[in-house]
Amino acid sequence: MKFLGIIVVVITGALLVYTTGDFPSWSDPASPASTHVSPHYIEKGMHETAAPNIVTAVLADYRGFDTLFETTVVFCAGVVCFFLLRIPGRSPFTECQYRHKATGITVRVKHDRKMSGSFGEFERIDTLWTPHDLIIQTACRILIPFIQLFALYVIAHGHHSPGGGFQGGVILGASIILLAISHDLRTALDRLGEKAHAILCSVGVLVYAGTGAVCMVLGFNFLDYGALARILHVDPVMARSHGILVVEVGVGLAVMAALIWIYSNVSSRGNYDEGL
Amino acid sequence: MSEIISSVVAHYNYWIYIALMMIGLYAVIGKKNLIKKIIGVNIFQTAIILFYVSIGAKKGATIPIIHHGPGGGHHETTASVIEASQYMNPLPHVLMLTAIVVAVATLGVALALAIKVYNQYGTLEEDEILSRIRVR
Amino acid sequence: MSSQYPGLLIIVPLLSALLISVAGWVNKRLCFPIAVVGLSVALYASIGLLLRVLAADPALDGGVVLYRLGGWDPPWGIAYYVDRLNALVLVVVSVSALLNLIATKNDVRESFSTKIGAFYTLYILLVTGLLGITVTGDAFNLYVLLEITALTGYGLIAMGGEYRAPLASLNYVYMGTIGACFYLLGVGYLYMITGSLNMADIASILPGLYDSKVVLAAFVICMVGVWLKMGFFPLHAWLPNAYTYAPSAVSSLIAPLMTKVMIYVMIRLMLTVFTPEFTFSVLALQTSVVWLAVIAIVMGSILALGAPDVKKMLTYIIVAEVGYMVGGAWLGNRAGMTGSILHIANDALMTLCVFLAVGNVVYRVKGYGFDDLRGIFVKMPFTMIGFVAGAFSIIGVPPTCGFFSKWYLISGGIEAGHYGFVAALVFSSLINAVLFFKLIEVGYYGSEDAHHHHGTTPVSMAEAPVSMVVPLLIVAGGLIAVGLYTGDIVARIIDPVIAQTIMD
Repeated sequence: MKFLGIIVVVITGALLVYTTGDFPSWSDPASPASTHVSPHYIEKGMHETAAPNIVTAVLADYRGFDTLFETTVVFCAGVVCFFLLRIPGRSPFTECQYRHKATGITVRVKHDRKMSGSFGEFERIDTLWTPHDLIIQTACRILIPFIQLFALYVIAHGHHSPGGGFQGGVILGASIILLAISHDLRTALDRLGEKAHAILCSVGVLVYAGTGAVCMVLGFNFLDYGALARILHVDPVMARSHGILVVEVGVGLAVMAALIWIYSNVSSRGNYDEGL
Repeated sequence: MSEIISSVVAHYNYWIYIALMMIGLYAVIGKKNLIKKIIGVNIFQTAIILFYVSIGAKKGATIPIIHHGPGGGHHETTASVIEASQYMNPLPHVLMLTAIVVAVATLGVALALAIKVYNQYGTLEEDEILSRIRVR
Repeated sequence: MSSQYPGLLIIVPLLSALLISVAGWVNKRLCFPIAVVGLSVALYASIGLLLRVLAADPALDGGVVLYRLGGWDPPWGIAYYVDRLNALVLVVVSVSALLNLIATKNDVRESFSTKIGAFYTLYILLVTGLLGITVTGDAFNLYVLLEITALTGYGLIAMGGEYRAPLASLNYVYMGTIGACFYLLGVGYLYMITGSLNMADIASILPGLYDSKVVLAAFVICMVGVWLKMGFFPLHAWLPNAYTYAPSAVSSLIAPLMTKVMIYVMIRLMLTVFTPEFTFSVLALQTSVVWLAVIAIVMGSILALGAPDVKKMLTYIIVAEVGYMVGGAWLGNRAGMTGSILHIANDALMTLCVFLAVGNVVYRVKGYGFDDLRGIFVKMPFTMIGFVAGAFSIIGVPPTCGFFSKWYLISGGIEAGHYGFVAALVFSSLINAVLFFKLIEVGYYGSEDAHHHHGTTPVSMAEAPVSMVVPLLIVAGGLIAVGLYTGDIVARIIDPVIAQTIMD
């Protein structure tokens, strides 16, 4: 197999290198890629969508349909991870460990029924538990709100600077994952439960697809944000700009929820009990 | 000689993408460990991202965000004419944003499947799995 | 309203998938009805589109329905182009998906009881992806949709509960992703040389660039990617395992539709994007690809002979059928291309038919080995009527539709003087006959040596529920109906498609 691999790789690579001879030179402003379709975006994008960041304009408006399905891909990944890994309900034979906060004594409980939450002086700990680092926990607690604030900025400011729904959504998701890593998965899940992941994920995509569907109901084509002008009482160009913002929010929601959903399924192997 | 050099300068990053892609392809074909294969697939996808971004490069151009005054955002404020040559080609960047997201999603699904494989067979080495299947 | 059909076709299933996902957490009983409604609307829209395209005058606007997404004009925005070719495929996809959805309701409720919401979400998204691939006129959009079908497919296949399912699915992930990446790379090459992503736009720019090595590379890379995805012979290794170990409700969705839609993509690339002139005249690959198809047909048939169980046998037959269609399309003449396009529809229906029948058998007998079929004709007579109809169609027995597409393929082979292809088709039909008559023999006479089943209890009738049998019989009837109306389909749908691209 290794030998076959080397042969395939060498032949394919050689053929690909051979074809680079006819490529347009790298970073040539006169190459077809830079002269056919893209100048329209650069020169007209601002006038047609009122979004100075052309990448955002193309992403969420000119090629907004791609982006809808791109968000759907993330949603798909979330659903697939859940579908494959989630073990519904907790097995009755799991062994749980509780630690007495004041003394540090660990109690191992078999056949766990309804222990969690009922013991104020005890805290549930992971099987492979090491004492939590106070500095890390505190630093993360302080940082996470700022990370989330920055994420909101990235989503909202996608029109004017690099950023947008995906980037902001990823940062939002990462902030929660940071909480899960610095504390444990259960802490993160207490803040935002599994059902919330699942529903937020579909709601995010629904916001996007729904915006498109509203345009359709108003008699325009799917995702033609110009239709929103009637509802928002602005001119069609500004309506496009607002439409982009709405779908970016949807994307942000979907990406955030999907990332946390994937993380909690993959890291806990689907039992949502103990994570990394 | 100078022709060769100019051709190298004009195309070397396309060769780098090919090298990267072939490393990924080799990992998928030649490696036995399932996680290494997943990494190979990811390298392969990254190589394609490098390729697309190379297409988008434009000499002497800046990032594709139209320079606009502090008033911000309102399409009436841009008085000067925008030249396409001033800004990078935005389209490959948009496409690659999509491809990155797809790569992440694929990675998540592949890892979930790898966990399922591990739960099922207790190993991630392909030949061990196959021998276990044969014994069964 | 009818101007919105192309939009509704994709959007309604997408929205219904999202609603199902929410409903799965709120009230599980809502999932199935929402799925049925979503796919019914898609079916309605696709039939509406087919009628509209048929009514359009090809001479006037090329008989194409154009739908601008986001209201942007084509090279800048994404547009849907519906002509007769994809209208036909759309109807086939939505009919098969809807019938399979209804037929597998009981099975799914029993095997995925706790995750029924996730199952139907993925099911509908998979169908949305297939419909989107078929309807889109944008090369990059096709890639995104390709990944949607792939990701949902990976998830659905791995949930079979079969011992080997996770590994089969993971191997599919590797090959599927590499295939999709090759396609993406090919699109990148096209974009680099033409500066456009719109298929029609690319096609109008390409003729001036035929001697460029980049166009050649783009074509070959795209083809390799698509072949990987459809399981064309040397690249088929992932297909049999993935389709065999999938749960039966998923096998009967993916096996008929996934490969066929990829064949459609190949034909679309050959005819619309690169134009037949480039594919058959500029490129010197025609004969070698047809020979590759011959090998695919022969090897698929031989591997089917050695298959250990019914499902695997059927998957190897799919490998051979992919060879039929690729070979027919690459023969480079009208009859071959007609046969290939017709076979997309026919093969989707007959594969659906046999996989539904096997699904019913698995539902009752809990197995798909050859031994499990003993006495099955007594046990499940109606299911087996459907199975025999599907089998006859795959073999190519006259009133069924399989005969007609094979007829076109063979006459295309003779016309092109490619007797290797003709021989391979005949050989594979004979092998199929042997395989299916062996199965029918086991199923019909197998009950006599019932001593395998320790005891003298006679096999009693235990037919699958009505909701599983009726869709199967509808498909089986459809096989004959499509066979009888082959002339109309060819004259009204396929001939204009080929005429548009001025092939000969």
